[in-house]
Amino acid sequence: MKIDHKTVDHLAHLARLEFENESKEAIVNDLNRILSFVEKLDELNTDNVSPLIYMTDETNVLREDSIHETISHAQALKNAPKKDSDYFRVPKFVEKK
Amino acid sequence: MALKTYFSFQEIQHDLQLGNLSCLDLVNDYIEKIHSQNDINAFLEIFEKSAVESAKLVDQKIKSGKAGRLAGLVIGIKDNICYKDHKVSASSKILEGFESVYSATVVERLLNEDAIIIGRLNCDEFAMGSSNENSAFGKVKNPLNKKMVPGGSSGGSTAAVAAGMCLAALGSDTGGSIRQPASFCGVVGLKPTYGRVSRHGLIAYASSFDQIGPITHNVEDAALILEVIAGKDEYDGTASSVPVKNYSALNFTGKAKIAYIRECLENEGLDPEIRSKINDTIAELKAAGHTVEAVDFPYLDYLVPAYYVLTTAEASSNLNRFDGVHYGYSSPNSFDLESTYKKTRSEGFGPEVKRRIMLGTFVLSAGYYDAYYSKAQKVRRVLTDKTNEILTDYDFILLPSTPGTAFEFGQKSGDPIKMYLEDIFTVQANLTGIPAISLPMGKHSNGMPFGIQLMAARFEEEKLLAFSKLMISLTDIKESSKAL
Repeated sequence: MKIDHKTVDHLAHLARLEFENESKEAIVNDLNRILSFVEKLDELNTDNVSPLIYMTDETNVLREDSIHETISHAQALKNAPKKDSDYFRVPKFVEKK
Repeated sequence: MALKTYFSFQEIQHDLQLGNLSCLDLVNDYIEKIHSQNDINAFLEIFEKSAVESAKLVDQKIKSGKAGRLAGLVIGIKDNICYKDHKVSASSKILEGFESVYSATVVERLLNEDAIIIGRLNCDEFAMGSSNENSAFGKVKNPLNKKMVPGGSSGGSTAAVAAGMCLAALGSDTGGSIRQPASFCGVVGLKPTYGRVSRHGLIAYASSFDQIGPITHNVEDAALILEVIAGKDEYDGTASSVPVKNYSALNFTGKAKIAYIRECLENEGLDPEIRSKINDTIAELKAAGHTVEAVDFPYLDYLVPAYYVLTTAEASSNLNRFDGVHYGYSSPNSFDLESTYKKTRSEGFGPEVKRRIMLGTFVLSAGYYDAYYSKAQKVRRVLTDKTNEILTDYDFILLPSTPGTAFEFGQKSGDPIKMYLEDIFTVQANLTGIPAISLPMGKHSNGMPFGIQLMAARFEEEKLLAFSKLMISLTDIKESSKAL
């Protein structure tokens, strides 16, 4: 697999990142190098092997569905860059038609 | 006047009981030692106010005979572990100024036993790195030679313990981030079994790999800390219900059956002096009546590639919570919602974090998921089955912790793959979920220490720690910072 500028633009959008000029050149190069390194995995035959997904043996870890406050409203907003007394604030993104 | 440097919790407890030491003196002395070694850059912040308050409280408890098991233990925490009303940043600009609104389960458990948390320790940004050169708040220096890296990502934690700035530290280990810097700084570093210690309150990097573990001068302290922090937790569904054993008993009886991986020892990247020390250790273990045999593990070259596909995929998902809206840095250059996300993340994350998010996004993206991500999960099963098979026949696997000793700043930072291969001997334990410990077993002719690693089957920490104590008695380097 070869990563080009177009792929990087697409991935960057998916990851909500921006790369421009030198940093874009660098990430194209790095990704290509790293991908050819990880493509080593293709050499290993994994026919009839199922993916290992869970690293824990715990199953159905359940608890009572009880209501309790983990943190307060004020604490939840404590670290927000922009907020008012009740809400996180974001730039307007729904326009009135 | 400065206190003597303590190398074990037992010594501290002894002096506290005799009454010729108080927790307050101890905390003040550690604070002084942190300040006087500021150039190492191990601590991002000293929690002076809360540490001094706790020290006074614990002193009272000792007097009234009500002190917990860790009374007098002054411990630092890696800057990715949350402590209520204290800052935590994962050494990233994106979390600069963030104050945790709750404590990690490990922190709660330490405090319940009267440990004193003295501050937060520098690390690679979001625990991504093997040299501590990726911190947004400056690199950490190796206290044994300041031209050298301390290793990473828990490099601040291992440097602080080695330099006597705190008795012990908590680190986190996703691919070797406790054991590799422990090897470079000459201290003991333990990565517990996946699920042995709750990850609640650990800033996530790769959730099916991450484990919190102790960094100490000796096996006794590691065992005691593990005993306190381990166990089931209602806030982490992957924290295991397997009962916590009496790890600090450290009683190994009988003879062990140990495997060493032929491919690791024959690896051409392995420093000859480390190889020779391992061979000596093997001979000593055999002479003591233990069985040590070579086994084949023909998958060495697949370990690091599988690790990078899986951890970057998990990281790309975990790190999407940093959006410039809920907490942390928010770019002043944004003009709408999308640019709030993009500018915040591009300005807030460092290059290595962005590299890993991009790789992870790629391996999870439509059209490539099966070829990369799913393939790596299958390889993970092959590696796990083979490792478990070895550990059915043997009690332990013995291998190097690192291919070499600490390297100079800049030596590997320009080449991500060279840096990734630093983890070649440590990632196996994370990929397969087993416990592993790095023990300071040697000193290279270049003056730097190196570790030897022992791995055991899942949830066999009791056996692993007990045998570690026995093995460390084979070497004359028993306590790390005496090398200083």
